[in-house]
Amino acid sequence: MDTVLGIDLPTWWFLLIGALISGYGILDGFDLGAGALHLFFRKEESRRIALNAIGPVWDGNEVWLVIGAGSLFAAFPLVYGTILSVFYLPFILFLVAIIFRAISIEFRSKEKMKWWRKLWDISFCVSSIAISMLLGLILGNLIQGIPLNANHEFVGRLRDFFNPYALLVAITVLSLFMMHGAMYLIMKTEDRIFARLTIIANNTSKFFILCFMATSLATLIYVPHMTAIFKDYPELFVLPIGAVLIVLNIRRSIEKRQYRRGFVSSSVTTALLLILFAMGLYPNLVLSNIDPKGHISIYEAASSDGSLRTMLLFAFIGMPLVGMYTVFMFWTFRGKVKLEEHSY
Amino acid sequence: MDNVELLSRIQFAFTIAFHYIYPPLSIGLGVCLVVMEGLYLKTKNKVYEELTRFWVKIFALIFGIGVATGIVMEFEFGTNWATYSRYVGDIFGSALAAEGIFAFALESAFLGILLFGWNKVSPRVHFMATVLVALGSIFSALWIVVANSWQQTPSGYRIEGKGMQARAIVTDFWAMVFNPSSIERYSHVLIGALLAGSFLVLSVSAWYILKKQYIVHAQAAFRIALWVAAVSSLAQLFTGSKSAEVVTKYQPAKLAAMEGHFDKLAPADMYLVGWVNAKDQKTTGIKIPGGLSFLVHQDSKAPIAGLNSIKPEDRPTAVNFVFQTYHLMIAIGMTLIGLTLFSLFMLYRKKLFETRWLMVVFVFSVLLPQIANQVGWYTAEVGRQPWVVYGLLRTSNALSQAVKAEHVLASLILFTFIYVMLFGLFLYLLNKKIQHGPDVIDSDQEEPSSRMNPVFN
Repeated sequence: MDTVLGIDLPTWWFLLIGALISGYGILDGFDLGAGALHLFFRKEESRRIALNAIGPVWDGNEVWLVIGAGSLFAAFPLVYGTILSVFYLPFILFLVAIIFRAISIEFRSKEKMKWWRKLWDISFCVSSIAISMLLGLILGNLIQGIPLNANHEFVGRLRDFFNPYALLVAITVLSLFMMHGAMYLIMKTEDRIFARLTIIANNTSKFFILCFMATSLATLIYVPHMTAIFKDYPELFVLPIGAVLIVLNIRRSIEKRQYRRGFVSSSVTTALLLILFAMGLYPNLVLSNIDPKGHISIYEAASSDGSLRTMLLFAFIGMPLVGMYTVFMFWTFRGKVKLEEHSY
Repeated sequence: MDNVELLSRIQFAFTIAFHYIYPPLSIGLGVCLVVMEGLYLKTKNKVYEELTRFWVKIFALIFGIGVATGIVMEFEFGTNWATYSRYVGDIFGSALAAEGIFAFALESAFLGILLFGWNKVSPRVHFMATVLVALGSIFSALWIVVANSWQQTPSGYRIEGKGMQARAIVTDFWAMVFNPSSIERYSHVLIGALLAGSFLVLSVSAWYILKKQYIVHAQAAFRIALWVAAVSSLAQLFTGSKSAEVVTKYQPAKLAAMEGHFDKLAPADMYLVGWVNAKDQKTTGIKIPGGLSFLVHQDSKAPIAGLNSIKPEDRPTAVNFVFQTYHLMIAIGMTLIGLTLFSLFMLYRKKLFETRWLMVVFVFSVLLPQIANQVGWYTAEVGRQPWVVYGLLRTSNALSQAVKAEHVLASLILFTFIYVMLFGLFLYLLNKKIQHGPDVIDSDQEEPSSRMNPVFN
């Protein structure tokens, strides 16, 4: 098999797509979380400050979703088609929420009427919550595995997706993003909204720790295959232990008022949870819960070596560029948010 | 055609036609913005700065809807066309991923600076951001049109596997990218986008001139956009005929449908207007006898393959539709050339802005490139049927196996509802921005009626 630096091409793409999805989780995660918290801010000025904290960057954050999905399409087309068509309605609702969220941000400031702004505030908050939970719902089902027969054909029903474990993961993802969003906003604000956010950050982090413990427990009990890897490689236990320590560190940094450290911690938490998921999957991308022959592995789903190799070259050129744009964007809009004439 | 196929095709056609309103506008407007802001940096004339700031706000509105509806397209390949996705993942997926990483990332990152960076970065860096956003949108179009062109004229691939398991594999990446129709179709689409954007500027400026508002700004913007529009409409004649040559060579069935040409092998006429009766295989209308033969072979007697020389199951069925959309596109293209050249002449005679009827025409002219872009796209896509990848994969074989008709119907209703609402809001906010006009900082350049209150508060 074709390898680059000793790693075979499908594995390269497994890692790259994992990195892109983690990047998406970290970046869009905080602005989705900020959206989910939006209605907690009562005053018009606070809402504007919160919105403008993500205003210049949210669109750039969403790029990671577009690139991640595009890469999955290019590298593992079988998985792309299978996941998106099996989760047809959840993904359609996800897209609808993406549209509503984008236009809420864009349209809210365009009229002064109270009802107009309230309408888009609600739309922004609800769509942010919906996106987070739908992603969590899909993730929860992918962790458990979906009913695929030996030919990778879907033989389940839509309503099976709404099972307790998947809903728990959905709430956990929402709680993670809310905490992450609070950690971001707290860095970007001052005065009254800042004071409010210290309380919100506290509460959301407690909420997340609760969800995190519940999901971990449920995974150990109900989805043993996800933790099987630790039997073969016990040293990997360092990862979940690290995750717990980092989550606790978020609480500590709120107390110590080290907000940047808190934001970095919640970012690392997001990445670590996705890494744990990826480790449970590898070398598969989709698990079948009815027939092990139905698993879709990266080797089965991969595009041709030639295509993967060309795309890998593109990724080596393109990813540093995307990283540079992202850094430049955040650097330009560094510091606390100030409302001005171009603000939303 | 079963229900899943019919509904999925309607959904795809509807969502992409709606999406295709916005990216051409932002590409064309992006280029106009680069000219405006460039002129401001060069001349330090406040008018250009105020113009740039005004059009940036409209740009933001258009761009936002373009992105939101574009993400839908990316996911629809997987949700509704899973078999297609697997078949072309190697190729189409690569182009889509390249678009994301090389173009969309550039656009979106610098859009933030373009919109919110006025007081955060120097004017030079801001101008750089404007240029990068414009370039990003131009690169975006390149990868998307490359991906679509590969579906029209596949090359640089081989087929692996059989039946439903078959898929296309890249054998030569650059042959795939520069497939026989990429360059011709890309230049045609890009210039169509320049026309869409520049005619929006022309329309709004003409409206201000008629209303005697923001005269200085409107005339400056009109001049910039008129040059872009005139050069583009002339160039479109060239790229259009190049595209037709490619269709002639690689998609004979589409060409035959475009001209309503049925006879197996016979000289073909060229119609100015006409009507195709597909049942009786008759086309009537005003025509140049042997015109198509002359255009293709420089000989009005040269035979051209008609629809009857193609197997019935491989022919496009909506022949009259393809004929009409194609001829409407050409008619609009010719109108645009006449309109812009005449206006340049009037500008030279210094009578342009006093000619009221011409300004009225320009107010409405914004619809023409939009219609031409839409019907041009329909010609290309409907003319390709029954193939989703020409000669390789039928549209009916490209569907998702896991999806049920009622799910597609539900999503179609949902999208229709949202897009109608979205379009209404778009027009409302666009109109509001136009009514408000540019914010004029230096009041002695304008008549007293100019409003000065800031937009955002």
